[in-house]
Amino acid sequence: MKKHRVALWLLKVAAVCFILFVIIGPLIGVVLWSFAIKWYWPHIIPQVMGVRYWMDVFHRGRVLDSILLSLEIASIVVVLSLVIAAPAAYGFSRYKLPLEKFLLVIFLMPQAFPQLPIFINIAAVFARHSLTGNMWGIIFVHTMASLVFSVWIITATFRSIPEELEQAALNLGASRFKTFFTITLPLAIPGLIASAIFVFLWSMGEFTGAFFIGAPYIQTAPVMMYTAAMGYNMQTASVVALILMIPSIAFMIIIEKYLKAEYIGGLGG
Amino acid sequence: MATVTAEGLKKFYGSVSALNDVSIKIDEGKLLTVIGPSGSGKTTLLRAIAGFVKLDEGRIYLDDEDITDVSPEKRNISMFFQNYALWPHMTVYDNVAYGLKLRKYPKKEIDERVRWALSLLDVEGLEDRKPNQLSGGQQQRIALARAIVVEPRVLLLDEPLSNLDAKIRLRIRFEIKALQQKLKLTTLYVTHDQEEALSIADEIAVMHEGRILQMGTPQEIYTRPSSLFVADFVGINNVIGVAVSNGGVRLGEMFIPVEKKSDGQEAVIVFRADEVRLAKEGTDAEPDEYAFGGVITGKLYMGSRYRYEIAVSDKTKVIANSPREFALNDRVTLCVKRDRVFVY
Repeated sequence: MKKHRVALWLLKVAAVCFILFVIIGPLIGVVLWSFAIKWYWPHIIPQVMGVRYWMDVFHRGRVLDSILLSLEIASIVVVLSLVIAAPAAYGFSRYKLPLEKFLLVIFLMPQAFPQLPIFINIAAVFARHSLTGNMWGIIFVHTMASLVFSVWIITATFRSIPEELEQAALNLGASRFKTFFTITLPLAIPGLIASAIFVFLWSMGEFTGAFFIGAPYIQTAPVMMYTAAMGYNMQTASVVALILMIPSIAFMIIIEKYLKAEYIGGLGG
Repeated sequence: MATVTAEGLKKFYGSVSALNDVSIKIDEGKLLTVIGPSGSGKTTLLRAIAGFVKLDEGRIYLDDEDITDVSPEKRNISMFFQNYALWPHMTVYDNVAYGLKLRKYPKKEIDERVRWALSLLDVEGLEDRKPNQLSGGQQQRIALARAIVVEPRVLLLDEPLSNLDAKIRLRIRFEIKALQQKLKLTTLYVTHDQEEALSIADEIAVMHEGRILQMGTPQEIYTRPSSLFVADFVGINNVIGVAVSNGGVRLGEMFIPVEKKSDGQEAVIVFRADEVRLAKEGTDAEPDEYAFGGVITGKLYMGSRYRYEIAVSDKTKVIANSPREFALNDRVTLCVKRDRVFVY
C-alpha cells in the first residue's frame, strides 16, 4: 500500500517535471540566448552576459521595424477577417443556404493543402500584379488563409445563440438591423474575440507566405528572425522571439478577462 | 387592446400540416387558451400570430386591420417565450426597457414604466441583476414584465408555466389571470395542461393534428366534450369500449340508448372518476342518475379521498374517486349523473 503511494507520488512529480521541462525548457534557452554575449560549448550558461543585443534591437531600426510591421499587418488582417467572416458566419448560422456544406469546405481550402507550393504559386501570380514585396500582398494572403478560423469559429458562436433571443427583440419592435447590433453581436463577442486572437497570433507567426511574398523588400518579424538565426545571430533571434511573446501574453490576459465562464454560461439563456 | 381574428390558417411543413384550416377569434380583453398535445399545432398558431411563421393560406386581423403580411416588429403583439428568452448580456432593467427605448419614450417615462411593470409583477429591486442571477420564477416574471410594459395590442403566452415547479405554478396561475383582467389584455395562452387551461381561460380551443376540434367556454368543454379526443384530453378517466346492441350500449346494469350508431358497431362510454357517487350495494339511484354495481378490486389513499378500481364485469374495470371508505371485495353501487356520461 505504502510503496504504491510513494511510487505514484514519484510518478506525479516526474510527470510535472517533464511538462515543466517541455514548456519552460526552451523558454529558458531563449532567455539565456537573448542575454548572451559569449557562449561556447560546453558551457551550460553563457560565459559573458549583457544587454547588448537588446539595445541593438531597439536602436538599430530594422529589427524594431520588422516587429512593428508584423503588428501592423496582423491588426489589419484581424479587422478584415472579422468584417468578412462575421456576415458570412451569420448567414451560415441563420439561413439555410444552398450548398452550405460546400461553401464551408471552400473556406477550409487554403489550409487543406501543404502551404509551401500554394504560397510559391501565389507569389508567382502576385508578382505579375506587383503585389509582391509590399505589405498588402501579405495582408491579402493572411486574410484569405485566416478566414478558415474566423468563419468556422464565428459560425459556431452564432449558432450557439438561441434564435428566440433575436425573435424576442423583433417581437418588441426592433428591426433586423437593430436586433443584430443590440442582441446578436454583443452576445457573439466572446466568439469574435476568440477568433480575433487566433487570427492575430497566426498572422504574427506566419512565415512561409510572408517570406515568399514579402522578401526581400519587406521583412516581417518571423522572416527577420529566420534571417538572423540563419546568420548564426542567435541573440537577435532570441530577443525578437521574446518580444513576439508579448502580444500572446496580452491576449491571454484578455481571454481571462472577457471569456469568463459566467459570461459564456449566460449564452445558454 | 384589440380583437384578434384568424381565418382559415394553413401551414404545411413538407407533407405535415401544422395548421389545417384553423380559425379563431379572441374578443377584446379576453383570454383564449389553446390546448393540445405536443405537435398539435398550437405553438405554430401562436407564432403565426406573432409573425414568425409564414402562412401558406389564411388571414389574420387585428380589429379590422389585416396584419397577415405585416412583419413581426411592426405588429405590436408581445410574445412571452417558453424559455423566457431574456437577454443574458443585459440587466433586468435593460431587458424590460428595451421595447420602450425602441418606441423612443423619454428617459423619465421609461424609468416610470419599468418601475410600474416590475412592481406589478412583484419583482422590484432586481433592476441591476443579470438574468442568470435570478431564479426561474423571477425570470418568468421579468419576461412577462418585458412583454406587457410596451402596452401591446395582444399578448401571446407560450406555455408560460411549464418551466416552473408545481407549487409556484399554482400561485402564478392566479397572478396571470388577475394581471390579464386588470390590464384587460387580449391574450392567447398556449398550454398542454388541461387543468391550467380550464382554470384560467375565458374560452378554450382544443387542437389536435393542426385542427381545432372544439372551441367553447371551459364549462362547455368540460361538460359537453364534442369528441372522444376532447373528452379524453380534458381529463376523463374512464374510457370503455363496447359494442352497440339492442339500440344502445350497456355497462353492467346501465343501459344508454344510442341513436347515431347501429347494432354491432363499436362505441365508447366515457365518464370521469370524480363524478361517480359510490354507495353501498342496493342503494337506489336518484332519478337523474344511472346506477350499476361492481366489486372493489383496488384502493389507493389520496388524502382527501380514495381512488378505487372497481370491476363491473369480468373484463371491465372502472376508476372512481370517493371520500367514503370501502374495503377490498366490497360490493358497491356506482351512480353517475345521466348528463355526465358520454357515448362516442
